[in-house]
Amino acid sequence: MIVIGELINGMYKDVGKAIMNKEADVIQHLAVDQMKSGATALDVNVGPYSRDPVGDMKWLVETIQSVAQVPLSLDSTRIDVIEAGLKLASKRAIINSTSADDDRMQAIFLLAKKYNTQVVGLAMDKTGVPNNKEMRLELAATIVAKAIEFDISTGDLFLDPVVLPINVAQAQGREALESIREFRLLCDPSPNTIIGLSNISQGTKFRSLVNRTFIAMAIANGLTSAILDPLDKELMDSMISAEMLLNKAIYCDSFLEAYRKK
Amino acid sequence: MAIELVKERYASPINTLEIGIGGKAVKIGGQTTLPFLFDEGAMSNPPVIALEMLDCEPSDWADSLRSRYGDCVKDPVKWADKCVKEFGSKILCVRLQSTHPDYGSKKAEQVIPVLRSIIKNTGVPLVIVGGGDDERDNEVLPKVSQALKGENCLFGIATQNNYKTLTATCLADGHSIIAESPIDINIAKQTNILISDMGFDSSRIAMHPTTTSLGYGMEYVYSIMERGRLAAFMGDKMLAMPFILFVGAEAWKTKEAKDFSAVQGIGWELATAVSMLQSGADLLVMRHPEAVEAVGKYIKNAMGEK
Repeated sequence: MIVIGELINGMYKDVGKAIMNKEADVIQHLAVDQMKSGATALDVNVGPYSRDPVGDMKWLVETIQSVAQVPLSLDSTRIDVIEAGLKLASKRAIINSTSADDDRMQAIFLLAKKYNTQVVGLAMDKTGVPNNKEMRLELAATIVAKAIEFDISTGDLFLDPVVLPINVAQAQGREALESIREFRLLCDPSPNTIIGLSNISQGTKFRSLVNRTFIAMAIANGLTSAILDPLDKELMDSMISAEMLLNKAIYCDSFLEAYRKK
Repeated sequence: MAIELVKERYASPINTLEIGIGGKAVKIGGQTTLPFLFDEGAMSNPPVIALEMLDCEPSDWADSLRSRYGDCVKDPVKWADKCVKEFGSKILCVRLQSTHPDYGSKKAEQVIPVLRSIIKNTGVPLVIVGGGDDERDNEVLPKVSQALKGENCLFGIATQNNYKTLTATCLADGHSIIAESPIDINIAKQTNILISDMGFDSSRIAMHPTTTSLGYGMEYVYSIMERGRLAAFMGDKMLAMPFILFVGAEAWKTKEAKDFSAVQGIGWELATAVSMLQSGADLLVMRHPEAVEAVGKYIKNAMGEK
């Protein structure tokens, strides 16, 4: 699994405050802790309240990279903010994200080509998130076609069915899971599949339980990566167990530890 | 249309393990492909054969095997000399049989001078395995390990239920270790984890997946080794150890090798060894010099050497 740590996001109160006050140690701790807990990449998002998103993105990338050389998932709706991060990224980055809208894909894939990055593609467009897997598949196929047009390997795509909170759209959980399975069959090389996991449990009482149950189900459906909280140990254990149960790693009594020794 | 063969490429190599010191040190492992598939990857170190000897006169070896060595088997130092100087062995495996209760319960202090003489006379790296009685091995091997500190030997045998003493002593004295499992990939991985959890460098572990011989379920050992290898190539660090196989001991245990002609015994060991090479063996421990010579030629051929 490609685990993208979600915690460096200005949407969270402490992180937003740390970004505003340029408290480097807060960000660096989050970076190191997430890596130690099994993150293979880190999402970076300046959050909705940033007054200087471009400057904040630069500061975040530099701050993180001064303690951890790690692939970054540069997460913004603004192209200039993403590009500010890309200019500084020391490892091959992931752009998070494009929708299936033509103008957005055009801009994002241009950047991806210029900076040789991977790209998260959301199965949604200006009209919103589809309510069935057929529409998701159609939008995902649109993204794949555009990537091929830009000569980007489909193996560098992360297709996201867009997971919605279970207490808002309960029927969508299954649609998202089935979409993951079908996304994998869209092209060769198979695209990665990704979800923003925590979204599934927004507003629910037992968030960790819902998250770790859903990730096991998603992995069984072909999920290859997720943006999640790697500090949730039970969630990580569940993810490792799901992969082991699918015979992706050889069982031994210490299989959790074996995974973490990688 | 020409048929294009599908070629695999693997991300992670098998660990390279060095045994011995100086110019005579031997390296095993390091490959990035299943055995001899040079179109898919490299084998930086060809498989190695160690001749196996005991530290006392063998009482249960087949005549056809024992007679090849003559009288030297009465003196382990001479035996070692013959293995290296006459049969050209580049590495020796010494089984400390004399320390086993059934073979005299010799003390470490009696065994150590013998091993020292062997090292002094031959200069080749040593694989040293205990007599096979856990209690005695845990008494003897730490002292032997300490006496040979700095010689970078490969010591065995650690198992899931008896690994702590040997691991601690090898760690302290700078030796490598053999981790054994009963033809079980899950236990193989677990044993490697247990040993590395003690702070032991996992790249200094050789795995013994248990050896069997021709006619006694080799295909099962093959499947276990192949599965471990493929997992290692895909990045499982707890299975990325080179394999050691005690081919001689297994083959010469069978009635087919023991009770018939020397030719059949040699053939039995040879066939077992070659099969284990194709399963991924990195270090073969063998007994009959003629079988060793034939397998040596096979390795050269398979490696594309002249």
